[in-house]
Order: sequence, then C-alpha cells, then structure tokens
Amino acid sequence: MTTVIEVTNLRKRYGDLVAVRDVSFSVAAGEIFGVLGPNGAGKTTTVECVAGLRVPDGGGVSVLGADPRRDRDRLRRLVGVQLQESQLPDRLRVGEALRMYASFYRNPADPGELMEELGLGAKRDAAYKSLSGGQKQRLSIALALVGNPQIAVLDELTTGLDPQARRETWGLVERVRDRGVTILLVTHFMEEAERLCDRVAVIDSGRVVAMDSPAGLVAGVLPGQRVRFRPSAPVDDRLLADLPEVTSVRRHGPQVVVTGTGNLLHAVTSVLARHEIVAAELRLEQSTLDDAFVELTGRRPAE
Amino acid sequence: MRAFGQILRTEAVLFLRDPSAVLVVVGLPLALLLGLGAIPALREPSPDFGGQTFIAYFAPSLLVMTLAVTGLTALPVTLATYRERGILRRMATTPVSPAALLAAQLLVVLASIVVSAVLVVVVARLAFGVPLPQRPLGFAVAFLLGTAALLALGLLVAAVAPTSKAAQGFSVPLFMLTMFLGGVYVPRFLLPDFLNRVGEYAPPGVQALLDAWTGTSPNPVPLAIMAVVAVFAGTAAARLFRWE
Repeated sequence: MTTVIEVTNLRKRYGDLVAVRDVSFSVAAGEIFGVLGPNGAGKTTTVECVAGLRVPDGGGVSVLGADPRRDRDRLRRLVGVQLQESQLPDRLRVGEALRMYASFYRNPADPGELMEELGLGAKRDAAYKSLSGGQKQRLSIALALVGNPQIAVLDELTTGLDPQARRETWGLVERVRDRGVTILLVTHFMEEAERLCDRVAVIDSGRVVAMDSPAGLVAGVLPGQRVRFRPSAPVDDRLLADLPEVTSVRRHGPQVVVTGTGNLLHAVTSVLARHEIVAAELRLEQSTLDDAFVELTGRRPAE
Repeated sequence: MRAFGQILRTEAVLFLRDPSAVLVVVGLPLALLLGLGAIPALREPSPDFGGQTFIAYFAPSLLVMTLAVTGLTALPVTLATYRERGILRRMATTPVSPAALLAAQLLVVLASIVVSAVLVVVVARLAFGVPLPQRPLGFAVAFLLGTAALLALGLLVAAVAPTSKAAQGFSVPLFMLTMFLGGVYVPRFLLPDFLNRVGEYAPPGVQALLDAWTGTSPNPVPLAIMAVVAVFAGTAAARLFRWE
C-alpha cells in the first residue's frame, strides 16, 4: 500500500496553549482514516496542518510525498478539504457555488453530475440559506470533491445533523471512497468511526493514545464481553464468580451483569440452568468503540 | 483568470440579489436628490450658496453618502461576514487565494459607487439643471481619492473586526461621523465653522468635490490627506487582515 499522508511527531502551540504535543500516523491510499478524540484534543489542528492551513511548530507532515506548506499550490489541487463550520453566502445557489468552485481547478468534476450524485440535483437553484443541515453538509462535501481530489479531509462531517441525515452522509462517504479517494475523517462520533473507518487514531491532550482498526482498538482496550439478565429466582453471586470465564459480577437493580472472556454466555446459562434459574431479558453485550474511547481518554465522547 | 471571472460574476450576482444593498447604495442618494429637488425653494439660486441652488450645493453630500454607505458599512460588514462564516477559510483550501474574493468584492463595490455617483450627477443635471462638474479632472481626482480613502478605512475595519457584529460596531460611528461632516444629516452651511473646516479635510473631502463641481480648483491639502489615509489604512489593512 502506498502511504499518502505521513505525520511524524507533529507539534503545534497557540501562545501558551499546546494544541498538539506529539502526533504521528500514516494513511494508506484508499483508506478511510479516522482521527478521534474529545473536544480540544487537537484533532482539528492536526488536520489543518495536513491541509496546509497551519504551520507546525515541530515534526513533519508529508502529503502525497510533498510538504503542505512548500508545495501548497500543487497540493491544493489534489486535496479537497471540508472544514468544520464553514458556510456560504445566504443568497448563493447550490449550482452557482459548485460552478464557481469547479472553476478553481484544472480538471474538475462535472458540477451537474456531482449534484446528482450527492442528491442535490433538485436543489440546484436553491439558495444556501434555504437548505437543510444535511443538504448544506452535502454541498460542503461536494465542494471538497469538485476538484477531483486524491485525498479528502472531512472535519466533523455530521455534527449537527439528525440521525437520518447522518446515516445518508455516511453512505455518501463510502461511495466517495469507492471512487478511490483517500479520506481523512475527523469525528467525535464513535458510531461514525466504527461504521466508516478502516483505521482510527485516538488523540487525547495532543497525543495519539491508540491507533488500530475500530474492532482491533476495542479488542485491545476492552477485550471482555458482558452478559446481562434478570434472574427468575435469587442467584448467589459466587455461583457465577467462581466460573473460570467470569471476571466480575455486578448488579443493576434487578439485573445481574457478568463480565468475562471466552465462551461466557454458555458458561453463565449452563450454571443457571443447573440451578433451574431462568435468565429473562438475557443479552450479550460486546464493548463498543464508545466504551474503548471512555477507557482510553477517561471522558465520554461529547454528543 | 477563469476562476476570477467566476468569482467576480458571483459577487456581482450576490450584490444585485440583495435588495437592501442595491436600494441603499443606489436608491437612497437618488431618492434624496429627487425628494429635495421636488421642493421649489431648493431649486432657487441663493446667496447662501454662493449664488447656486441648494440642490447644487447639496449634491456632493449625496456622493459622500454613497461612499460612506459602501465603504464604511457594506464592504466591511460583508468581508467580516465572509470571514466569520468561514467562506474565506474554505477558499484558502482551494488553489485560488481568498484574496481573489476580496478583490472581486472591491470591484463590485467600486462599480456600485460609480453607478450611484453617475446617476446622481446625471439626474441632478437633467432634472434640476445642476451643471455637470466644471473641473472634470479635479472632480475625478477628488472622487477617486475620497473613494480610495473610505474603502481603505472600510478594509481596515474588516481587518481588525473579529466578527460581523464587531465590524458594525466599528463602522457605525465612523459612518455617522463621515455623514455628519459630509453635510448629509445637516446641510453644511448650518454647521459651525469649526466643523465645516474639519469636514473639509476629513475623507472623502466634501468641499473638494463641491469646488471641483462648481469650477474652483480643489484645495490640494485635503486631497493629500485622503491619499495618505488611503495608503496608510490600506497598508495597515493588508498587514492585519486575517482569513479566519
């Protein structure tokens, strides 16, 4: 795999505030790479350095083999950027915006086709002001893609969207990747990262605290699984705790939560059956990226 | 070049699509001219105005109004809004510099100023017999320098104002002062002598416009002041301007 983005020991401070302490990662061609982290972790600063919008104080950034600052003119044609909270003039129409941005590039995508592809065909003559949040976001993505970039940097793509619009946007990102575009995605939605990203880097307080595939990350941080049920008769905790597969037994009101490894579900249900206890509302829970994130950063991902 | 053409076209379309901008920049000075011209007494020559009519005496103040509205409110507020909404920043990620957007915005503002000024001069001539500027060169120089000074001040406001609200906060006092000294609120012959002297030297140089219009060479001192203001405010704006 060719590496298209290489960040090594990146450092960036604003006055006394150190935004990025030490961030390194590399992104392979065709990947969807996620940059995750709580608010203020340094995600946006990191991708702004990749996009050539900021000059790092230390460390290196290489995009398609070039320095984003020195080779900015070339990279601006090859990297499409969708920035957080970037808007357009209220009275600008969808088609006008795309045609204008298309004129900035040597070999742009066809604005009409792009609008169709992003579900904006019917909104061609609609003013920016009249668009819904999801439509604005799709237009923003369209503007990042209109130059036919090799890399798309998408920052907080779905913040402020309702769940339906969010899911549609995810489908869109996958289609963009299928066209061969490498995607650097900044997000604080774990569900989004889990669904879209091939690999993620979790950044906390300006450092990379973990990097893996979403599943690999969860397995590495929280290898356990949980069995949750409501017993039909009182059950002694020791009965469960003595099982070799079980690491802990907790109670949430009438519910028993058993954490452990291996074939936990089978072990728990077997021992319950032997004591003629029925496990109602039985559920097997795997750790999610959300749980892993909390474990890694000590914070809940902000909603 | 193709990109700049597209940006310029878009900015022009956006300006024309904003009814309040067109109305204020082009409509208001014209409406005031027509409204005052409809009063017969104001069309009579009077010794108060050196033997001219009030309309002829007041016409340069209408140009001041156009310049103040465009340079000190429309321009800085639009640019501050563009920055606030991340429009300049988004453009900074493309092969085209956001400076192109700034240049296009300046050209659109300039065009609207020229249209508004030409309308005032022509309508004043045709409807109320105000002679065309008698010293066309002096008039053009005074108008050009006045425009440059006010647009540079507007750019400076856009450069230092972090938000569009702040831009409004900075530009409103400047705007009111310019309008007042330019004799828009109260005709200048009613102002105290001292204020009239200040108004003579403050951009955009209402007295220089009046002199050139009526046939006197404009005093070079206010012209020099406006050139200096244009250069200094313009340079400061260029240094301080941030895309985000």
